[in-house]
Amino acid sequence: MSSNADIYHEMIVEYSRHPSNFGKIENPDVTYHDSNPLCGDSIDIFMNVQDNKVSDIKFNGRGCAICLACSSVLTEIVKGKTIDEVKKIQKEDILGELGLQNLQAVRIKCALLSLKVLKYGIYTYLANKLNDTNADALKQEASTLY
Amino acid sequence: MQTAISIEKIREDFPILKRKVRNDRQLVYFDNAATAQKPIQVINAISNFYTNYNSNIHRAVHALAEEATAAYEMTRDKVAQFLNIKDRQEIVFVRGTTEAINLVAYTWGRQNVNEGDIIVTTEYEHHSNIVPWQLLTQEKGAKLEYIGVSDDGELILDQLDAYLATGRVKLVTISQMSNVLGTITDMPEVMRKCKKAGVRVLVDGAQSVPHMKVDIQQLGCDFFAFSAHKMLGPTGVGVLWAKKELLEQMIPFHGGGDMIREVHKYETTWNDLPYKFEAGTPNIADVIGFSAALDYLNNLGMDYVRNHEIEITKYALEKMSAIKGIVVYGTKDISKRGGVISFNFADIHPHDLATIIDEDGIAIRSGHHCAQVLMERLDVAATSRASFYIYNTKEEVDVLIKSLDRAARLFKL
Repeated sequence: MSSNADIYHEMIVEYSRHPSNFGKIENPDVTYHDSNPLCGDSIDIFMNVQDNKVSDIKFNGRGCAICLACSSVLTEIVKGKTIDEVKKIQKEDILGELGLQNLQAVRIKCALLSLKVLKYGIYTYLANKLNDTNADALKQEASTLY
Repeated sequence: MQTAISIEKIREDFPILKRKVRNDRQLVYFDNAATAQKPIQVINAISNFYTNYNSNIHRAVHALAEEATAAYEMTRDKVAQFLNIKDRQEIVFVRGTTEAINLVAYTWGRQNVNEGDIIVTTEYEHHSNIVPWQLLTQEKGAKLEYIGVSDDGELILDQLDAYLATGRVKLVTISQMSNVLGTITDMPEVMRKCKKAGVRVLVDGAQSVPHMKVDIQQLGCDFFAFSAHKMLGPTGVGVLWAKKELLEQMIPFHGGGDMIREVHKYETTWNDLPYKFEAGTPNIADVIGFSAALDYLNNLGMDYVRNHEIEITKYALEKMSAIKGIVVYGTKDISKRGGVISFNFADIHPHDLATIIDEDGIAIRSGHHCAQVLMERLDVAATSRASFYIYNTKEEVDVLIKSLDRAARLFKL
């Protein structure tokens, strides 16, 4: 079993101090907010979509190092991807990138809050603008993320 | 004459303190404001009930029922003695502080709070002393007002005067000790103001009763609520105390068995106090377990408990203040503070800090501590909280200090 303290490696601490794509986008095409009632982490995601690709993404909010690092990695992955590719992003993609596969259950919600917010944001976008019939499936997936 | 109490002897009574956690680290339990550990005497009392005289109470005439009823009711007498309550009929067993406060809001509150009335609470309340009053005031078109918290973590009691001067305040509901800051409320001053204005007072004793001597007659409030599990007792047991004339006027909270005198098709008369408020089979085993917890604290004496916590808290405050980057919230005046230390460490998020510290076997709490109104006031998302009890030692505080140092290195502070 890996030690929990091992999760606080260089990359996580660095991201927590200097998160990627941190900030806001005025009048974004996609935006969503959610918080974690247990710890008070709070994340907003903003995206612009051009030619069915994520042309810009930012996140804002408060969170622990795990939350900020995972949000950073998520926005880095998402930028430039097509909506279809973004829909396919799995939690393992985020956790794997930061070596957090063995994160204890109680902290998983910190790591995946931004992914949940992103999926809900995409769902809302698809449902509203594109009338995508798969939007419900995406919402289902987002709600069972953790 | 006080005989010397040895901390080693106390620790031997708590089997869980021998536990190793995480990487074979000795458990250091500093989450006592959330719930206290249980001595073997309490565990045995519950086990003994189920092993030897498990039975429902109050109804049957058989031997087991008689023993169970006697043990259950004896706890009520012990509560009366523990808090200097004159009349045992004023003691209602409930699930915990939360249920006790909800009981008052749903019964007395519904009967007495009307449109335009004011209920006054404080910025350092636990959610359990805020949300029931939000529900009530929203239902009734009444107002909920807050006494503010100063930068020293104390209530700004002058604000209470302004609310009382409106003549519309029906209830002041206030914690005797903050679960986040540890601040001990100046209850004599609150009571003096409220008595002068003829306003009822509910005291949330969830954090005070486990840690200091409380005398309800001396306090002079109208309602008092607390939980067993924060004072060595089991979960699922709490007490609502209220003045008899209030309990008599109050409508029942739950309808069902045991709370009735006579039930007919369309009408029912209520049982005597306190049974009118104890519908259904109560938590018999855990009330009996609570009895053993009261015995344990009585044996130590609440003065010993308070003094021990003052000593540990003082030591911890000194050690922590010496660490660069640590911000401790609340008063530095130990005479106004219980054994609770909420803090933040530079820019390390409390959840990260708790995870790192947990690795060294130390259980502290991180988050908003069910006090989001206070978090807003302190302008923080969360804090870390170490809270102490009778079995904690200075050596354990040293383990925490060492672990904080490790966190500082991980986060390159």
